[in-house]
Amino acid sequence: MLRINCPWCGLRDEIEFRYRGDAQAQRPAASAGPNAFTAYVYERSNRRDWHIEWWLHVGGCRRLLKIERHTLTHEIRAVADNAEQS
Amino acid sequence: MNSDATYSRPPESHERESAGRYSLLRLLREGLGGQRGWSRAWHKAEPRPRYRVVIVGGGGHGLATAYYLAREFGIRDVAVVERGPIGLGNVGRNTTIIRSNYFRPENIRFYDYSLRLWQSLERELNFNAMVSQRGTLNLFHTESQRDLFTRRANQMRLLGVDAEAVGRDSLRELVPLIDLDNGRYPVLGGFLQRRGGTVRHDAVAWGYARAASALGVDIIEHCEVTGIRRDGARVSGVETTRGAIMADTVCLAVAGHSSQLAAMVDLPLPIETHVLQAFVTESVKPVLDVVLTYGAGHFYVSQSDRGGLVYGGATDGYNSYGQRGTLPMAEEVAAAALTVMPSLARLKVVRQWGGVVDMSMDGSPIISRTPIDGLLLNGGWCYGGFKAIPAGGMTTAHLIATGNPHPLAAHLSLDRFASGRTVDERGLGPFPYAH
Repeated sequence: MLRINCPWCGLRDEIEFRYRGDAQAQRPAASAGPNAFTAYVYERSNRRDWHIEWWLHVGGCRRLLKIERHTLTHEIRAVADNAEQS
Repeated sequence: MNSDATYSRPPESHERESAGRYSLLRLLREGLGGQRGWSRAWHKAEPRPRYRVVIVGGGGHGLATAYYLAREFGIRDVAVVERGPIGLGNVGRNTTIIRSNYFRPENIRFYDYSLRLWQSLERELNFNAMVSQRGTLNLFHTESQRDLFTRRANQMRLLGVDAEAVGRDSLRELVPLIDLDNGRYPVLGGFLQRRGGTVRHDAVAWGYARAASALGVDIIEHCEVTGIRRDGARVSGVETTRGAIMADTVCLAVAGHSSQLAAMVDLPLPIETHVLQAFVTESVKPVLDVVLTYGAGHFYVSQSDRGGLVYGGATDGYNSYGQRGTLPMAEEVAAAALTVMPSLARLKVVRQWGGVVDMSMDGSPIISRTPIDGLLLNGGWCYGGFKAIPAGGMTTAHLIATGNPHPLAAHLSLDRFASGRTVDERGLGPFPYAH
């Protein structure tokens, strides 16, 4: 069981959250061309390491959080509200 | 001691340790002789400096590819390199189900080819893989789900693949433990594919390894690939923990870790790695003689010959390389199990484990060339790789031997994502955690 320290709600169990994937994929400019969009839509870094990812606190404050978690140990070392990290 | 000349010659098959042919007569003779005549089922090879083909990954797909390369295409200068002992990755971690009940015609053809290869596998490999065509039964719980399943069954029947509708009365007879009148998710019916079933997964790895080894394939355990060598735009071999091994063709068959290997040549893949759990209960007398899937949640179950109920559900839902799994999904799968078969509540779960799987962005596998000449990929199996082992091995061997995709696997190329020809079986869009 992951426990995520939501900046608004405090320490909560993972079942209150919904995973929304890799937070490092950046939408390219509209003129960037098909290769850039293929990479954005389909390709993933899929790191076996620290991974920055989106989690939606759907069963709590309903804020979208940006979390840094290790994909092998599942340890979480940073949690921030999306608005704080523009 | 060993000169290069000795090293670069593949051993003749008669030089190999081999258990000989297995038969009932042999079993009787060994039984009377105190079981002392058995030898190793396959030869534990040392790496030679050069091979025509190096296959990375001694799991189901890697071993099957090596076997079909040797058997069907006469290419025996092949090494399978495996980080640990063979068969301890996903080929030994799945829930052993085989079936071909898909919707997309190219998927039906591919998986049914696999099912036909399963049907003759034991005779071909001379190995008891306990192939049991006990049937796979998919339950549906709503009218719209009935429509969806009917459409799929019709599509299968149009292609000559068996699928039959099962009404509630027959269901009651077939699987008495189902709670047909569940208050929230009553069972309206099901679809049965009688040719589906289970196979003993460890025996698949062992059987292919034994047969490949007997044909001259080197199976090299405890040999982890740490780098992929390139000569310009072409692959030239692999760096391993046991030294460099040169090769004309390198095939990655490491589903779960495909991205890790591809990153060695800076090749991003449309894959995320997720963990999928499986569970086994204590053994009981026979209570379930089909593979059953629940339609209102993610749960599938069969009873092993030892008597334990082997079951699983969905992935844990977030990127993970941890081969273990976490409690919330274990609870969710158990809840689904008890909704459809409440009597299972009396059973204790005796084992639980996790395997890490390549979740591809369209839910379909990848058997393909890559932008690097000579580097091929067999991966992206999501959690459907086990049933596809024979077809995956055969079509990957075809790609290696001929340089062209096998007609049944041509739709599984890596460039389908860029060209918009994704194979999205369930029409879910580009989400790796949704399939």
